[in-house]
Amino acid sequence: MDLKLDHRTEDRLTIVEVEGEIDVYTAPRLRELLIDLVNKGNFHLLVNMEKVDFLDSTGLGVLVGGLKRVRAHDGSLELVCTQERILKIFRITGLTKVFGIYASVDEAKEAHGKDK
Amino acid sequence: MATVELTFSALPAHVRTARLVATAIARRTGVEESLLDEVRLAVGEACSRAVEAHRAHCPGEPIRIELRDDSGRFEVTVSDQAPSDEIKQERPLDLGMLSDSFMSNFGLAVIEGLADDVEVFPSPKGTNIRMSWPAAVGV
Repeated sequence: MDLKLDHRTEDRLTIVEVEGEIDVYTAPRLRELLIDLVNKGNFHLLVNMEKVDFLDSTGLGVLVGGLKRVRAHDGSLELVCTQERILKIFRITGLTKVFGIYASVDEAKEAHGKDK
Repeated sequence: MATVELTFSALPAHVRTARLVATAIARRTGVEESLLDEVRLAVGEACSRAVEAHRAHCPGEPIRIELRDDSGRFEVTVSDQAPSDEIKQERPLDLGMLSDSFMSNFGLAVIEGLADDVEVFPSPKGTNIRMSWPAAVGV
């Protein structure tokens, strides 16, 4: 399955919906979207990965790159993910300590609201 | 004797095909369903790493995969022909040091975390990554 990307902004939080496979072939599209969002002043990003079928280290690299960019603007990049096969990759690489990972968009929005 | 051998040009689009082939052979070889995701990811990581290395050093050369069913194990060897940089040891995670363009250390970390048994053979003529998982039934 290819990669589908969509995004919307609710309050100050930009929610990026990702569906499909994030790998060495498709990850550049996600990178371009994250860079574009940051360049347009969206510094609080929530990436919903509930419909992601596959994620490899290239995809992890893109997410880390996005995190570095938003942090340069005192922003945030957090994730929604409950799929064990995806979470396992974050655990193996130690990235569970780097990203805020939530069980749902609502949960992330609530946490983000408290931080404001 | 290899069950299947596959060569592909160093294009990111072909990595998905390699993943799909490896997963299909693993299933046929009797690897447990619960391990197939790990096979898919580990083979994908090894192929992505090889594609990046070939694009940097020898974009015209093909990447080779051997998938074997030997003595109750499913074994995959991904071979590239790019001169190997020294395989770096894992370091503590430092966000400032991470690049979003080439995450080879992450790739190897993922492979080591997923495959049941992994050996990496770097050399000036290329790198071989051999991974294996238990296979219940020989074919």
